[in-house]
Amino acid sequence: MEYFLTEQQQLIKSLARRIAEERILPVRAELDETEEFPWAIIKDMADADLFRIFIPEQYEGLGEGCFAQCVVVEELSRACCAVALTYAADALGALPILLYGNEEQKQNYLPPIADGAKLTAFGLTESGAGSDASAIKTTATRDGDDYIINGTKQFITNGGEAEIYTIIVLTDPSRGSRGASAFIVEKGTPGFTFGKKEKKMGIRSAATRELVFHNCRVPKENLVGREGLGFIVTMKTLDSSRPGVGALALGLAQGALEAAVAYARQRHQFGHPVSSIQAVQHMLANMDMELEAARSLIYATAKTIDSGAKSFTEEGAMAKVFATDMAMKVTTDAVQIFGGVGYMRDYPAEKMMRDAKINQIYEGTNQVLRNVIALELLKRKALRA
Amino acid sequence: MNIVVCIKQVPGTTEIKIDPETNTLVREGVESIINPFDTYALEEGVRLKERCGGKVTAITMGPPQAENALRETISLGADEAILISDRVFAGSDTWATSYVLSRALAKIADYDVIICGKQTLDGDTGQVGSGLSEMLGVPFVAYVSKIDEIKEGYIRVHRMVEEGYEVLEMALPAVITVIKEINVPRLPSLRGSMKAKTAQIPVWTAADIGVEEDKAGIAGSPTRVVKIFFPKREHKSEMFQGTPEEQVGQLVERLEGII
Repeated sequence: MEYFLTEQQQLIKSLARRIAEERILPVRAELDETEEFPWAIIKDMADADLFRIFIPEQYEGLGEGCFAQCVVVEELSRACCAVALTYAADALGALPILLYGNEEQKQNYLPPIADGAKLTAFGLTESGAGSDASAIKTTATRDGDDYIINGTKQFITNGGEAEIYTIIVLTDPSRGSRGASAFIVEKGTPGFTFGKKEKKMGIRSAATRELVFHNCRVPKENLVGREGLGFIVTMKTLDSSRPGVGALALGLAQGALEAAVAYARQRHQFGHPVSSIQAVQHMLANMDMELEAARSLIYATAKTIDSGAKSFTEEGAMAKVFATDMAMKVTTDAVQIFGGVGYMRDYPAEKMMRDAKINQIYEGTNQVLRNVIALELLKRKALRA
Repeated sequence: MNIVVCIKQVPGTTEIKIDPETNTLVREGVESIINPFDTYALEEGVRLKERCGGKVTAITMGPPQAENALRETISLGADEAILISDRVFAGSDTWATSYVLSRALAKIADYDVIICGKQTLDGDTGQVGSGLSEMLGVPFVAYVSKIDEIKEGYIRVHRMVEEGYEVLEMALPAVITVIKEINVPRLPSLRGSMKAKTAQIPVWTAADIGVEEDKAGIAGSPTRVVKIFFPKREHKSEMFQGTPEEQVGQLVERLEGII
């Protein structure tokens, strides 16, 4: 399928592919086994300017948008979803600053993010607040020119490794979600510590930790937007980042399909390659078809965002849900096509299947996002009536 | 620190053609790459710049198409690139090449360290680095595996030898040739690739650098390639028959015949 990438986007895509194939592929099994954070690859990506892509030019970025970002995430995830997630989560942490930060915050934080010197993380989830994000309990209490933060964020991607954290907390618990606010907290701030690295089913080299705030004092200049804007910041951030989650799933599925095709062509049973068996062919055909449909949806959504659309909640949710459900199915089928060896850790298919599952869960479960899609659909209908 | 990296554009190894008239490599119309050893030289140059500041200039003597290789050096971190190109350079051997490069360096004038790959993939002689230093009258170390220390007018390097390495000191300016153990070359950066696309790459001709024509090209090359040929590969095989013992007996008989 031809998606008419510009010359610059082609360049970005081919560079991302080189990094994926030369730097990620040779170590992905080892990273999965050791659960080690991929700092060496992060350095390669920073040197190659990949962290600059979505940052505007005035803050040392390349001023490319969501589309180029998705293309990079897809290419990286084709080799390893965990490494790609680390990269994608960096964009997620930077988005609140990019979308709602004031000029000083942008000048201060975006250039080191662009050159890859500092990773970021976004902190919303808590043990009692997953799909029900409005149930967060972490608070920030005004004290003179500062705020004092108390509470614990859970399952934070890049937690402990990132330098810059954008977190959502309550500045006015009595107002519920209308009392939420976004803050920037830097690693090393007194009162800000990390839990242990979580042991996960998949995306094992990606870092997932608790952020623990105990009387953590931050200056009022670290407030993003204004008090009470926290949930709007959250919703807009997630709307913008969801095509990227779709791209994680897309690249992962692409890698799984390619592995399955290669294996089916070389694996002989009954005197011929299993790729000549129609039952296998139909599986491959379905994988290919659904994958391309997801790609079209993600690219179209990203281009919608880049065109300057005001609202794209529904599109972002659709791209995320469709692509991640697709990736779960495609990676499961890839294991099936590999047969017995597909279940073995010496082959790449089982890792892909393990990595796929989380994509249906994080950044809005696919169930909660179906609610979102339906709500948008019905709202539109109601407006027309 | 002014760092000059000498690179060469070489043919992709599978497509070597030889001009039957001159017995030299045909470079026109052949897919080309930066000589792999030179990518280590370039990377080391860029790392030196990152360490002590300064500027990396990549140079090559070659046909007009070598400009592509120079653009690639910019995407990999070189600040400037200069193409040294003139019809009279055609057919230069390592002697004439060293001479032409030394003239280009004389024009650059302000250099501290010159880095080359240890040898090229096509010629494989490994002589240009040393030839260049000789003609410039500056010190030279080959097979450098590490730059230990570098400062104004001074460099200390590790030279790989068979059973370890030697630590050598030199005054700058100097020439070094590097081996692949010295670093892992980076991938191109996006900013670099964009810069490479629009970079101005000056072309210096024989006249620009004061090359005496009879010292360059075929005329200036003492090397005469008498013949280039592919070695004949002969496949002679003989299958022994009989029981394993009999076959071993036959083999021993044959070996005794040879010895």
